[in-house]
Amino acid sequence: MTAALELRQVSKTYGSGASEVHALRQVDLAVEEGELVAVMGPSGSGKTTLLTIAGSLEQPSTGDVLVDGVDLGDVARSEQAKMRRRSIGYVFQDFNLLPGLTALENAMLPLELDGVAAKAARAGAQRALEELQVADHADRYPDELSGGERQRVAIARAIVGQRKLLLADEPTGALDSVNGDAVMRLLRAATDRGVAGVVVTHDAQLASWADRVVFIRDGRIVDQTLPPPGPESLLAFGDRS
Amino acid sequence: MSVPHAILALLSESPKYGQRLQSEFEARTGRVWPLNVGQVYTTLQRLERDGLVESDGDGNGERARKQYRIAPAGRRELDDWLRTPPDLVPPPRDELVIKVLVALQVPGTDVHEILQVHRRHVIEVMQRYTKLKAADAGDVPLALVVDAELFRLEAIVRWLDAADVRLKQTDLPSRRPESAPATTTEAEATPATEVSQ
Repeated sequence: MTAALELRQVSKTYGSGASEVHALRQVDLAVEEGELVAVMGPSGSGKTTLLTIAGSLEQPSTGDVLVDGVDLGDVARSEQAKMRRRSIGYVFQDFNLLPGLTALENAMLPLELDGVAAKAARAGAQRALEELQVADHADRYPDELSGGERQRVAIARAIVGQRKLLLADEPTGALDSVNGDAVMRLLRAATDRGVAGVVVTHDAQLASWADRVVFIRDGRIVDQTLPPPGPESLLAFGDRS
Repeated sequence: MSVPHAILALLSESPKYGQRLQSEFEARTGRVWPLNVGQVYTTLQRLERDGLVESDGDGNGERARKQYRIAPAGRRELDDWLRTPPDLVPPPRDELVIKVLVALQVPGTDVHEILQVHRRHVIEVMQRYTKLKAADAGDVPLALVVDAELFRLEAIVRWLDAADVRLKQTDLPSRRPESAPATTTEAEATPATEVSQ
């Protein structure tokens, strides 16, 4: 089975000489289709660098990044940009919606940038908004939406079309915990439908939604959780019926 | 968990039979606190003896046929209990804190590695609770119970994170690996376990 995302011995160094900073050191990480992985670490540990390299927004100093089996180092820049638009969705803490566009227009944007005809882009965006339960607000502008609704539109924009990989940087950071739960439930649903997801966070509650939590310290992956046993093990009764 | 007060709360809605009290108790506490029917009847007997509940049975009939209702004294007791703060003073010795303090004294022990072992374990338990919550979005009592556990466990992770930073800032000689010179950085002294998938 081909991993949706694979990082092989990825290192990233900024600056040189005395001011050299090793943001990532020989990171190996593979994320399968349908898997949600949380990367957890303190600020400055390299987790955001890991995400921007995984999303080809930045190039590694050494090592390889494969998205859906394709080594990004082997393809031309223009081809990388196309993969970025078609295969990868991004969700950021501050939503990054364009204020002059409606919810629907924001969600259509990646498809339009990719040359999809307006009618098909509109239909795709409408489906994504329905999936995220914000289709009722399709004609509203971001400043007419609550924080939770804005993040839903941002996730709709990230999963629109045939995305293989969803990358999220502290996606619930600006939300209260109940709205944060709702957003994680939606990210979880997207990965359950087959998208591979990577969430970077310092928040243990957010990380606990993932199938696997990897721990990053000083640019290295130092540990990861074992596959969890079923939740039944927490209950005093085996049978909850 | 105060079983007598939970039973008083259930009776404050309407009179009930013992069997129904047992099933409602479990349903309303997210089914994480099992309660057998024998415990229910023992508790009801004590509550009746103390004048906090009353029953409509003849006193010597079959217990399953008795219906119980809350007495005025029981309602006052319930109101008082709801407003009495639980004991918030922590236990005198928190085992995890003790383990970390002890680790500081053991030569050759990397405290950061010890902290990570516990961090991983706590997060694994949190993953199991979150799965429970994710499986049933509509069960509000369960979500409340699980949230309480998740916030408690998250606090432990935050303490471990804070301990990590605090120990990095104060480079105690005792926590350096035995043979490592004082100038060796942590990354060099403790080869990290790389994760390969």
